[in-house]
Amino acid sequence: MKTYTYTEKKDTRSGFGDGLAELGRTNPDVVALCADLTPSLKMGEFIKENPDRFFQIGIAEANMMGIAAGLTIGGKIPFTGTFANFSTGRVYDQIRQSIAYSGKNVKICASHAGLTLGEDGATHQILEDIGLMKMLPGMTVINPCDYNQTKAATIAIAEHEGPVYLRFGRPSVPIFTPADQKFEIGKAIQLTEGTDVTIVATGHLVWEALEASKILNEKGISAEVINIHTIKPLDEEAILNSVSKTKCIVTAEEHNYLGGLGESVARVLASKLPTPQEFVATKDTFGESGTPAQLMVKYGLDSKSVAEAAEAVIKRK
Amino acid sequence: MSNTQQLNDLAVQVRRDILRMVHKVNSGHPGGSLGCTEFLVALYNEIMDRKEGFDMDGIGEDLFFLSNGHISPVFYSVLARAGYFPVEELSTFRLIDSRLQGHPTTHEGLPGVRIASGSLGQGMSVALGAAQAKKLNNDSHLVYSLHGDGELQEGQNWEAIMYASAKNVDNIICTVDLNGQQIDGPTTKVLFMGDLKGKFEAFGWDVVEIIDGNNIEAILKGMELAKSKTGQGKPVCVLLRTEMGHGVDFMMHTHEWHGKAPNDEQLENALSQNPETLGDY
Repeated sequence: MKTYTYTEKKDTRSGFGDGLAELGRTNPDVVALCADLTPSLKMGEFIKENPDRFFQIGIAEANMMGIAAGLTIGGKIPFTGTFANFSTGRVYDQIRQSIAYSGKNVKICASHAGLTLGEDGATHQILEDIGLMKMLPGMTVINPCDYNQTKAATIAIAEHEGPVYLRFGRPSVPIFTPADQKFEIGKAIQLTEGTDVTIVATGHLVWEALEASKILNEKGISAEVINIHTIKPLDEEAILNSVSKTKCIVTAEEHNYLGGLGESVARVLASKLPTPQEFVATKDTFGESGTPAQLMVKYGLDSKSVAEAAEAVIKRK
Repeated sequence: MSNTQQLNDLAVQVRRDILRMVHKVNSGHPGGSLGCTEFLVALYNEIMDRKEGFDMDGIGEDLFFLSNGHISPVFYSVLARAGYFPVEELSTFRLIDSRLQGHPTTHEGLPGVRIASGSLGQGMSVALGAAQAKKLNNDSHLVYSLHGDGELQEGQNWEAIMYASAKNVDNIICTVDLNGQQIDGPTTKVLFMGDLKGKFEAFGWDVVEIIDGNNIEAILKGMELAKSKTGQGKPVCVLLRTEMGHGVDFMMHTHEWHGKAPNDEQLENALSQNPETLGDY
């Protein structure tokens, strides 16, 4: 079995900040907006190097989304930055009408997604954002897994014409994807080959899935781990190819099981290849204060939970 | 087009278009549309510097954003008669497979429309973004927008109003249609907004008032003054006092015709008050 190790941990939001800084140097049309959270979003380098292309909006996310839509008229490629909660639920109608329905080329970049925001608690820990965004016609939804992939995704979405939701987080997590790996929107990445169970994971759960595959391997279970960094459009072919071999699947995400990756996968399987599925996700609940590690354990989003779900789904074959 | 008579003739024809459009599908918003007819006719045919044809980016020309999208009948008629699309297409308003959706949208690719609007309170933010894009592009042209007075009850407007002056967005002229009416009655009764001129000025805007917002000459004069105030570090607001339902006696002095279409008899009466000038579609 192919195993993954790491030498360094870093937050995915820094991948966004460094990707944005690179875009600042390479693409003169890229502009950035922020609603009073530039240090949290790691936007400092872009701002320092491109002060004229940065728009500080203040604490006014609705206005930020509208201004971003307007900036596209004139050929700019706006990247908005705030927490995932304030990037989605707070401004859903602004995104729906002024960006998605209007077909504007805005990149909605959302940090501190999910439980791993930690101590601030449920007011800030959105677990519904993937669902909100994937339901909008024409919206691309991306949730990369580590620093390198988030940086590559940030750079890649500037070349994509149309609205994008890019979701990343606050905690330091292992860097295990290659720094030079090109990011292809909508193209899943198979990380391990396996025959007993398919595990498709997104965001921070990809590393947990890899750790789970080690636990399973020790028990003689062969798991195929797939990194679904793009939830929409979903790489249906990669999922169908894998489950046609393993005959069962676990989906893993730092999100509510209502509306998340798991339901997107279930829709594909139900219509094309009905397959037993277990969901590693939060179960229609709000989060709470705690350290990221404590929360991932308490809400069943750690490697142990993924491994248990795999064993459970294998029994249902 | 500079002759006031020509603009007035066009306004009468636009009025006929509005009435016939909403009558045909027995839906749509004639009241606010009729009230803003002179303004939009003057804006598109005299005030704005527009290029031939239409491209989304609109670099090198003035731009307009309609925030109160429900007055789509007047917007569509003015766009068609300014040459953005064939006037015959006005007959498809609100019908299945039409580019003339109930509220304006870019989704069907209708030339002249740069943003979807209808859910209120979003247009000023969009206009500000477009104005800032013009500055980045070293494009000295202006951005215009139109908003309902009731629409100012939406909080996003005040985020935008605060931002515009703080960031010195001085290449924008936002016009508020002060017709004093909204769905549930007079704005003074639904949610009294007090001294709007004072509010805009307190937020750091230059304010121009047009008292007779249904008079072409008053509009031209007021908008010329508004233009002269751009480029001086402050955003510019025009408070345009209009009469909802203007030009049709039984639609004036009431909010009843905000979102109601005339029946056959009412249409005939309304059209007789606005005799054909440039030819019906």
